Amino acid sequence: MSDSAAPIKLFEKKERIFPKRVWGKYRKIKWAVMVTTLAIYYLAPFLRWDRGPHAPDQAILIDMPARRAYFFFIEIWPQEVYYLTGILILAAVALFFVTSLFGRVWCGYACPQTVWTDLFVWVERIVQGDRAARMKLKKAPWSVGKLWKMAVTHSLWLLIGLLTGGAWVFYFNDAPTLIDHIIHLDVPMSVLGWIIALTFSTYLMAGFAREQVCMYMCPYSRFQSAMFDKDTLIITYDEDRGEKRGKHKKGESWEGRGHCVDCTACVQVCPMGIDIRDGLQMECIACGLCVDACNNIMDKVELPRGLIRYDTTHNQDQRRAGEIEKTVQTHLLRPRTFWYLTILSVVGVVMLFSLVNRAPVELHVLHDRNPLFVPLSDGTVRNGYNVKVLNKSYEDKYFRLRIEGLDGAVVRAQGAGDVQIDHLHVFADSVGHFRVFVTAPKQSKARENFRFIIEEVVPEGTEVGEQAVYDSHFASRSQ
Amino acid sequence: MSDNNVEKDDFTGVETTGHEWDGIKELNNPAPRWWLIVLLLCILWAVGYWVVYPAWPTLSGDGERGGTQGRMGWTQYSQLKESQAEIVARRAAYLDRFNAASFEEIEADDTLYAFAVAGGASAFKDNCATCHGTGGSGSAGYPNLLDDDWLWGGDVDTIHETIRVGVRGEHDETRFSEMPAFGDMLNTKEISDISDYVLSFTNGSGYAGPGKDLFEQQCSACHGMDGKGIRDFGAPNLADAIWFYGGTKGDIMSQIRRPKHGVMPSWAARLDESTIRQLAIYVHSLGGGE
Repeated sequence: MSDSAAPIKLFEKKERIFPKRVWGKYRKIKWAVMVTTLAIYYLAPFLRWDRGPHAPDQAILIDMPARRAYFFFIEIWPQEVYYLTGILILAAVALFFVTSLFGRVWCGYACPQTVWTDLFVWVERIVQGDRAARMKLKKAPWSVGKLWKMAVTHSLWLLIGLLTGGAWVFYFNDAPTLIDHIIHLDVPMSVLGWIIALTFSTYLMAGFAREQVCMYMCPYSRFQSAMFDKDTLIITYDEDRGEKRGKHKKGESWEGRGHCVDCTACVQVCPMGIDIRDGLQMECIACGLCVDACNNIMDKVELPRGLIRYDTTHNQDQRRAGEIEKTVQTHLLRPRTFWYLTILSVVGVVMLFSLVNRAPVELHVLHDRNPLFVPLSDGTVRNGYNVKVLNKSYEDKYFRLRIEGLDGAVVRAQGAGDVQIDHLHVFADSVGHFRVFVTAPKQSKARENFRFIIEEVVPEGTEVGEQAVYDSHFASRSQ
Repeated sequence: MSDNNVEKDDFTGVETTGHEWDGIKELNNPAPRWWLIVLLLCILWAVGYWVVYPAWPTLSGDGERGGTQGRMGWTQYSQLKESQAEIVARRAAYLDRFNAASFEEIEADDTLYAFAVAGGASAFKDNCATCHGTGGSGSAGYPNLLDDDWLWGGDVDTIHETIRVGVRGEHDETRFSEMPAFGDMLNTKEISDISDYVLSFTNGSGYAGPGKDLFEQQCSACHGMDGKGIRDFGAPNLADAIWFYGGTKGDIMSQIRRPKHGVMPSWAARLDESTIRQLAIYVHSLGGGE
């Protein structure tokens, strides 16, 4: 038997990261963004927006049973889901744009994964203490004290998770009504299912998976590096100034060495567990906490700030070449940012235009297929149509249906009661279904095109009401 | 290497099983423990499933359709029955009101009308579409229910009665008519003349031959002097653009010589009154209703 080498490891066990507490400018921004985004998330469902008596008054609501989505003054019907596509395109291009300017600041400040992880780390620190205490606690044998601290941490995490899942369902139901139901423990299974699922996914993602979501699960973090160029702001370590690094005692000379005192403060505060002094890395989410940590140290050793900072590789190169001094220059307008901005504007304008010109009335006509036509006893032919009138306004309306382009045709509607084609009633914010028959002499063409026109019936003397057309056809014999 | 010494793979340090194929040795990497536990739990689950649910086929067939029955007594059949009962219960809310209302009341009421048309459409597909087509437009020998030409009448009451008793059906009061086979009484020339006269109702030929007299003697008792038919006898209108068994002269002559007669079963014995009423409203709504 040969002398076997040490078995290679195919799996690296993930070491848990214990980010240290830090103070500074970017930490303040992160707190502010966290409070703002969480406030929006938790409070937005409770905003009201008056839409009259026939529609819900919740400002942001996705009403699945009624198949409507509301966002303040915007209301979307299922067939208008392209607005959602537009929003997704806008969001994607906005992400590209911001990334090409400032790097992965979305990841570092605003992404829900970052915000909730930050919140969970905060809870962890409040209960268990800062980095050193948490590491010690993890290694310590189980005791009543450890159990208690762990139980409190996890309970608080679960509670935050519950609130997160709890808030989510408000976007799909009338929030005040649902909160009443929840208080009385009278919630439908669908709501309960979502609350439970989101409670545990929040608990899992922000409590345990944390930075691994960014590293292994999130596609955006991977392709954002494709938006980087030499003028993109990234977190940089000023190697020229920092090296050669080493411990420094007070009063010692700074001659012949770099400014980095190798205190590892930047490593200890990093929520991704990396050493930024190794240069830009895949894991870096550009949160700037290492900048804060390093600046605090620089203040202590009475050296200028900015050993670690937001900077561009272009600036670094220029500084090295002696072309500029220390000032941070950002080239905001570059071909890349210009094109992102252009796409952003074009999509934005197109969406705004279509939203402003959204037809409040729509007409859809479906010609019968079985049979295509009915020969009548007097030699004429009748065709049947299913007519749908979409009334997207918040008022009940009456419509007049007529046709254009079919000689000698007679139109009538069939339905309960006395349905008149010049007085079709369609309720507010709903679809009116009508069965319509068109009778006409046999046409020269097997398939004769003509047009349905619907006009809102308005009191005499007032403005012309809404109108919609639909091109259909009349069949009078087999092809 | 000796037999009592387990061989280890150089690269990974894992034991081999001793199996070798074409120089490739199998490593002994057993399934993870958690996987094994899950497998065992699944087996336990299966045993529990056999107890609770119908699972194994048996020769005696002591289950509903043969097989073990399961402690819970659950079967797909019982589930189907349950969901059907649910539908019946949901319909019952409308059915009472529907049954109590007259046709006029139903046709004036949005909800009842929609209920009747939906129920009628469903019953039509199950029972009527075989002959009348899924769209109700019929085919040669099977009347088109969408047009305005009715053998027995096209108002909702008459349609209801026709569905109930059928045509030449088994019901005591079934609608009945039979055109005699004139091939036994008239010769081909006479039949041809009558056909020419019948066609002249619609083709504007101004026919004035012997067929006119023959028609008035032989046919007008049922089809009327003007050929417009008499609904009391179920005699078709011969003076319109719709032909039941075809509108060529050959078609007409063959129908006179040896008439075809369709049969529609009477549905009173097969469907309940409420369904028949829904069917009547549905057929009436198709466009030809009077």
